[in-house]
Amino acid sequence: MSIKVKFFARMRDEAGLDGGELEYEEGMKIADIWNQLVKGADYPEAVMVAVNMEYVSGEPKIKDGDEIAFFPPVTGG
Amino acid sequence: MLIELRQEQFDAFAALEKYQSDFEHKGKFGATASFIGTMRDFNEGDNVLSMTLEYYPGMTEKHLKQICDEACERWTLIDVLLIHRVGEVHVGEPIVLVSVWTAHRGDAFDACRFIMEDLKSKAPFWKKEMLDDGERWVESNTSGYSNK
Repeated sequence: MSIKVKFFARMRDEAGLDGGELEYEEGMKIADIWNQLVKGADYPEAVMVAVNMEYVSGEPKIKDGDEIAFFPPVTGG
Repeated sequence: MLIELRQEQFDAFAALEKYQSDFEHKGKFGATASFIGTMRDFNEGDNVLSMTLEYYPGMTEKHLKQICDEACERWTLIDVLLIHRVGEVHVGEPIVLVSVWTAHRGDAFDACRFIMEDLKSKAPFWKKEMLDDGERWVESNTSGYSNK
């Protein structure tokens, strides 16, 4: 199944790309998604993850068409 | 309730005045609490020339709405106005305006504070500062509570 991946702010700089599409296989972990798309940068420690624009922690259930976003701690306001 | 992201500079006081001038709640509110966050020219000992505010289109708006909705559930609010800048921001320009209208001051102070603190920790915005000698991402927000 296909998922959409987005990177924001410092994570986009680290990944070296805005995002992409990925063929998700059952059992893949969140870090595996990063590692499949990002070459040359390890999965970051202080990363926040959202699935379909909601924060998630741990290993959420991923479905076909989901949008996974990686970004650093937020600094608005 | 009005929640807006602004690409361009805005005058927070004028925005507040305009919003309240169109108000249907005249006579119903006894308290208005407002917070305006403004861009400083310093951070962590360095001069800051300007900054860029990045956001996550869709998720940012959704979470700002969730934060304001939660405030409406926890306190008795008559209205809420929230405006947040995105894009390039210069020194002295407002970054964020939160205004809350209530019957009594307790709800206004508490709800305004709640919205700002929740925004600071949950709303997907990221600041990149332009310095004299380059640029850097702001790593984290400081606590909104003083130790006094």
